[in-house]
Amino acid sequence: MIRNIAAPLALALAAAFASNVQAADRVKVGLISTLSGPAGALGVDMRDGFNLALKHLGGKLGGLNAEITASDDQFNPDTGKQIVDRFVKRDRVDFVTGIIYSNILLAAAPTAFESKTPYVSANAGPSQYAGKGCSPYFVSAAWQNDAFHEAAGQHATSKGINNVYLMAPNYPAGQDALTGFKRFYKGKIADEVYVKLGQLDFAAELAQLRAAKPEAVYVFFPGGMGINFIKQFVAAGLSKDVTLVLPGFSADQDIIPAVGEPMLGLMNTAHWAPDLDNAENKRFVADFETDFKRIPSVYAAQGYDTAMLIDAAVRAVKGKVEDREAVMKALKSVKARSVRGAYRINNNGFPVQNYYLRVIGKDAKGRIINKTIGTIFTAHADAYAKECPLK
Amino acid sequence: MSGILLLEQSLNGLQFGLMLFLLAAGLTLVFGIMDMINLAHGSLYMIGAYLMATLAQATGSFLLALPLAIVATGIIGVALEISVLRRLYQRDHLSQVLATFALILIANEGVRMIWGSQPMMLATPAALSGPVQLLPGLAYPSYRLLVIGVGLAVALLLYILVTKTRTGMLVRAGASNREMATAMGVDIRKLFTVVFGVGAMLCALAGALLGPLLAVQTGMGEEILILAFVVIVVGGIGSIRGALVGALLVGMVDTIGRAFLPMLFREILPPQYAAGLGPGLASILIYLLMAVVLFWKPQGLFPARG
Repeated sequence: MIRNIAAPLALALAAAFASNVQAADRVKVGLISTLSGPAGALGVDMRDGFNLALKHLGGKLGGLNAEITASDDQFNPDTGKQIVDRFVKRDRVDFVTGIIYSNILLAAAPTAFESKTPYVSANAGPSQYAGKGCSPYFVSAAWQNDAFHEAAGQHATSKGINNVYLMAPNYPAGQDALTGFKRFYKGKIADEVYVKLGQLDFAAELAQLRAAKPEAVYVFFPGGMGINFIKQFVAAGLSKDVTLVLPGFSADQDIIPAVGEPMLGLMNTAHWAPDLDNAENKRFVADFETDFKRIPSVYAAQGYDTAMLIDAAVRAVKGKVEDREAVMKALKSVKARSVRGAYRINNNGFPVQNYYLRVIGKDAKGRIINKTIGTIFTAHADAYAKECPLK
Repeated sequence: MSGILLLEQSLNGLQFGLMLFLLAAGLTLVFGIMDMINLAHGSLYMIGAYLMATLAQATGSFLLALPLAIVATGIIGVALEISVLRRLYQRDHLSQVLATFALILIANEGVRMIWGSQPMMLATPAALSGPVQLLPGLAYPSYRLLVIGVGLAVALLLYILVTKTRTGMLVRAGASNREMATAMGVDIRKLFTVVFGVGAMLCALAGALLGPLLAVQTGMGEEILILAFVVIVVGGIGSIRGALVGALLVGMVDTIGRAFLPMLFREILPPQYAAGLGPGLASILIYLLMAVVLFWKPQGLFPARG
């Protein structure tokens, strides 16, 4: 028995030491995400998008062999912090990326910042890191948390909706969401309700919503929360009387297949859509469907763009990933290929980009999918950047 | 606040309370008769929900899958009792907690290995996916009405079983004084296997009915298990009547608290504090209820042991 283990063990040790010696010719990325539970579909999509980009890049980032370590934070901030700790201390990764939920990011990212390891966000973009608390080691390839909601608020205002009921989970991104919506929504607010993050039964909240009789309801419920909310909203007969306005997070391919027909016609906002007309996006959507047998979500697109941004930055510093300052400078200034079209990174590390209005309809094959019907913001920057002392 | 809102919230509370009752009924009897702390009770609920989701997908019929899932979970429960739990009755509570906690971990990882870490979809039957117009201005989800109906029927059935039948008499005897019941010739071991099997079936029923409203996922049992323990402590350990009253109390207090506390706070506090404090306090309300009940009635509302 022991002899059977000894040989592979020796090999593994040899491999471990060998990789230390050759560290200069490879890029190590620590990918931490929520990969299990009702909150996990987002992380899985993000990871698959990231891996598809790697495949398109021939398994390399910036010309160097890529070594990806993936870990599941199990939707738990403590676990997330431990994983990032392991990434920067034991694995000595060159980049950390992948956290989906802002509460986990806020717990885990400081560990990366302290060790001067670049954190490239593929999703979470809390306002805490956008203004005074911005970090020189943080760059987002996604968006600042408020952005989709600002676009939705603008959309509600321009549609003349005048009495909106607001709902979000009680965690940093939920607070950012409603702040963002209110920044551009000019009408009356019927009520503002926060629920526990991860709550799946909305019976009590839906009864309150019915009693408030608003014209529209705006909800930010990501992942499984969104699936359950929309299903229960329809089952309670509320969809006849109340217009549902959504951010892209609550109306994408992680939610649409689970809810089905009731999603048709819903308007939502995002920085990307599967039908955006650019060559990168066409290739991404087609190959994602071939590889994973499903339509990519906005999270998959972000994962893809994150890998592309890292690739461009490593290329720009000519593979010298040890020079963290140069890497950060490159991350903020390179023109990376992107499925959303062109974007640039602001002084606080967050993207300046377009946000689109999408409507859920059917494609040529009869599948339910998001279609772009307009541009809400062009080259839109977040409201916090001017408070960030970084240049 | 309108009467319709109050009515709808009461229905929600009733629905939640009845589902808690299905879980608490089995738990309270196991705890009451054998003095056995079974933390793995929630795992049976999870297994029931997974079997239901799998069978519903395989057969394409909710109605056909439901009895199959219940029976299958009952068999698993009986097998668990005979193979593992039976050995723990004579041990102290710490051993029981350790062993059944291990069962939780095994069940969660087992489910993850078989079904994967993504939650399973369990759809409401198509006929029940829409609302029913109960009153003008109140359309209530028909599926939740079904859940309430089934919950009430099972509660009534259990009540008749426990108070009117011979098996029920033995169960009550075992719960109020195990030694005396054994001395009078009751085969407590066999009785317990039956009770455990029925408890597992009730778990499966709750898991199957709640599946479409929540999510069928690993770890779903633990969250609700804590509530089930609160229910039996409030109601009095070993008492079916206590479990019913406790479950309805907890269901109502939780729903009403979630609905009306934030409203109340908004009346008396500035909105930025109310938004945080209301939901926060609502989520600890049932534990406050438990503390209050235990303060006045340390044995719970309806103690089985006189």
